[in-house]
Amino acid sequence: MGNEAIALGAIAAGVGVVTGYPGTPSSEILPTVAQRNPGRIHVEWSTNEKVALEVAAGAAYAGARTLVTMKQVGLNVASDPLMSLAYVGVKGGMVIVVADDPGPISSQTEQDTRTFGLFSKLPVFDPASPEEAYAMIGDAFALSERYGTPVLFRPTTRVCHGNAPVEVGDLSAPPAPDGFVKDPKWVIFPRLAYQSHLRIEQRLQQIADEFSDYRFNALSGSGRIGIATQGISSAYVADALAALGDSIPEHRRLRVATPHPFPRRLALAFLEGLDQVLVVEELDPVIERELLRLAGECHLPVTVLGKGSGHVQQAGENSVDSVTRALAGFLGLEVEPAADCSAGAGESAEPPVRPPVLCAGCPHRASFLAVKEAMRKRKAVFGGDIGCYTLGNAKPLDMVDTCLCMGASVTVAQGLHVVEPEAVHFAFIGDSTFFHTGIPGVINAVYNQTPIVLVVLDNSTTAMTGLQPHPGTGETMMGAVAQQIDIATVLRGLGVRHVESCDPLQHDAAKAAVLRAVEATAEGVSALIFEAPCIHVASTGPSYVINEDACKCQLCITRLGCPAISQVDAKMRIDDDLCYGCDLCAQMCPFDAIERVEPTEGKA
Amino acid sequence: MSMGANTNIIIAGVGGQGTVLASKLVARAAMDAGLRVRTSETIGMAQRGGSVVSHVRVSEAPIASPLMAPGMADLLIGFEPGEAVRSLAFLRPGGTIVTNAQPVAPVAVSPTSAAYSGPAMLERLDGCGARLAVIDGAAICAEIGSLKVLNVALLGAAAGLGALGFSLDQFETAIRESVRERFVDMNLRALHAGARSASA
Repeated sequence: MGNEAIALGAIAAGVGVVTGYPGTPSSEILPTVAQRNPGRIHVEWSTNEKVALEVAAGAAYAGARTLVTMKQVGLNVASDPLMSLAYVGVKGGMVIVVADDPGPISSQTEQDTRTFGLFSKLPVFDPASPEEAYAMIGDAFALSERYGTPVLFRPTTRVCHGNAPVEVGDLSAPPAPDGFVKDPKWVIFPRLAYQSHLRIEQRLQQIADEFSDYRFNALSGSGRIGIATQGISSAYVADALAALGDSIPEHRRLRVATPHPFPRRLALAFLEGLDQVLVVEELDPVIERELLRLAGECHLPVTVLGKGSGHVQQAGENSVDSVTRALAGFLGLEVEPAADCSAGAGESAEPPVRPPVLCAGCPHRASFLAVKEAMRKRKAVFGGDIGCYTLGNAKPLDMVDTCLCMGASVTVAQGLHVVEPEAVHFAFIGDSTFFHTGIPGVINAVYNQTPIVLVVLDNSTTAMTGLQPHPGTGETMMGAVAQQIDIATVLRGLGVRHVESCDPLQHDAAKAAVLRAVEATAEGVSALIFEAPCIHVASTGPSYVINEDACKCQLCITRLGCPAISQVDAKMRIDDDLCYGCDLCAQMCPFDAIERVEPTEGKA
Repeated sequence: MSMGANTNIIIAGVGGQGTVLASKLVARAAMDAGLRVRTSETIGMAQRGGSVVSHVRVSEAPIASPLMAPGMADLLIGFEPGEAVRSLAFLRPGGTIVTNAQPVAPVAVSPTSAAYSGPAMLERLDGCGARLAVIDGAAICAEIGSLKVLNVALLGAAAGLGALGFSLDQFETAIRESVRERFVDMNLRALHAGARSASA
């Protein structure tokens, strides 16, 4: 996997400290380092991306090679230290891997980290495949050390989650940090910032020049038309050109693996003598803008087409198919769509819509249901956050009214309360998200006396991204057992007076706890912690069956939305293969038609 | 039928069914055979019961893109009939479909919302111009005693039909290399049960 290649490349490059926060599609990088740790590397899941970047910065000040991993929106959280670190610089090489997610497939935005590179004045590497990512990460460390600058390394989903054989070198290279040397340069001040700014502009010119000769920036072909591309899109272009075959006229090709600082000299060699260029890239038109700028600056009679001209889609992920059509449009070719099996008999029978859902037995379902039932006759707004529990927005639960970014359930609820104090404002937040950016929002609510109901969905893991540990779980990536940070104690320490923990799977008790928490808002912020482990870290419970004679109301389907319950031949049925035995449906059934089957042996 | 060295495979299923291991096993077999391979997985939110698709490309020559264009796949492995139908556009005419027979119903939110017919999907697969093998995955899983072996059973079926470009022996090796030791035997039995059911 591309993410594994990045991890192994970093180990081979002698990385000494690895920090990060999980986020699709970046999550597998850091665990791979932990798994293959020759013993000398400090690996940690940090509480959030800002923390991760700052811990790594300290280690890099002391001369260690450091790797920081996150997804694209994580960089927003880390942007404060990032912007300043560009000015202060590093001693040990620092590579910040930020995985972008065109589509988006599992993200809130389609932001482009290459643009962040431009903004933060940091060099950016943009690998096109797992093999290239493995080789490139070493180049990134070397460049970082040569110029004393952090470097951004941004693969996209299809590189991160693509697999290919990679030849792995020696992973035992010892790091040799020479330690922290006190110097005024580590303290950022306005005067230092001015001087640093001058130095940054100077070094960007040098790096741009170096990048024009960089081994993964490639210029090939000849002719009067050109195709410029990057990352995975260059693979789509290769396949599309192969599909278009002999009808393709002679052309020049440019692949930009280092979009910032832009390899100007190489790009000029590409543009010189061209009439038309098509730029095929994902997310922002970064290369397109740079080529347009160069053409204008150098008065080149070349037309640059791409996202701006509508030849390439402005949003979403590229594909071999979309790129083939873009190239055909650019070259004025007719493409016959390839024959496939999608037409034919029974074409009207369409597969069902299948959005992602909370798993059967997921305790979040029980938590949402307890609050929903308790608030049936009250005006309430349900603020959601980032995690599996965002899936609580689906019907029939329909319990996520807002979702913005990590930690925002807590704070958005406060703004809503200020304008609409007559409603009850809930903030649902997961355990990992609570530690990530939830805590400052709770302090804000206590301080400003905004009486929201905080509901912490504590499932003892970071579930959505693949079950990573966090400060509340008592495990670290170094294999050590750590002190568990208790959420209830944290909340009490912050001044939340009403803090109650309960099991959401005990429906009536959970509902009563919700009502107590709502009542307690008369005294200020109140908090309810729903504690039940994710089914992926808990063992399966007993089996259940529906007694058809007693079954009358279909409430289990219309209220729960559990994947294990469906209607077969006008009868409710529990799929024993999917059921985790959470017992919630049995508790909800008004006719006691759902019966527990005493187990003869454990389920697979 | 494209055989052996150059095979493009689409693996379609529902998040949680084990599609990722299936593509990993094919990739392992390809690497062992000295072939080039690229795969691309669906990892993230869709793993929670959504539609997931893996692209697996095996070739003697260098492979550019991990993703296929429509009409490029030689083999479509469906873990569920509806998901196989959803990916039909990737399959070339005359390609092979190996699909599990049992549908996975999407989550019901109202008593009428889950009207989803597995047989209608199978009918559509049958009439699409591909060679079709329908595997009784539930029966094989019951025989082996685990629901987790559906992926290997389907691979066994595809290998048994000669549609994968690898022999059952090559897959046995790949399984031994990729699966935790205590699950090896179970998976080997599933592989052969799948192969038998395809040739039956």
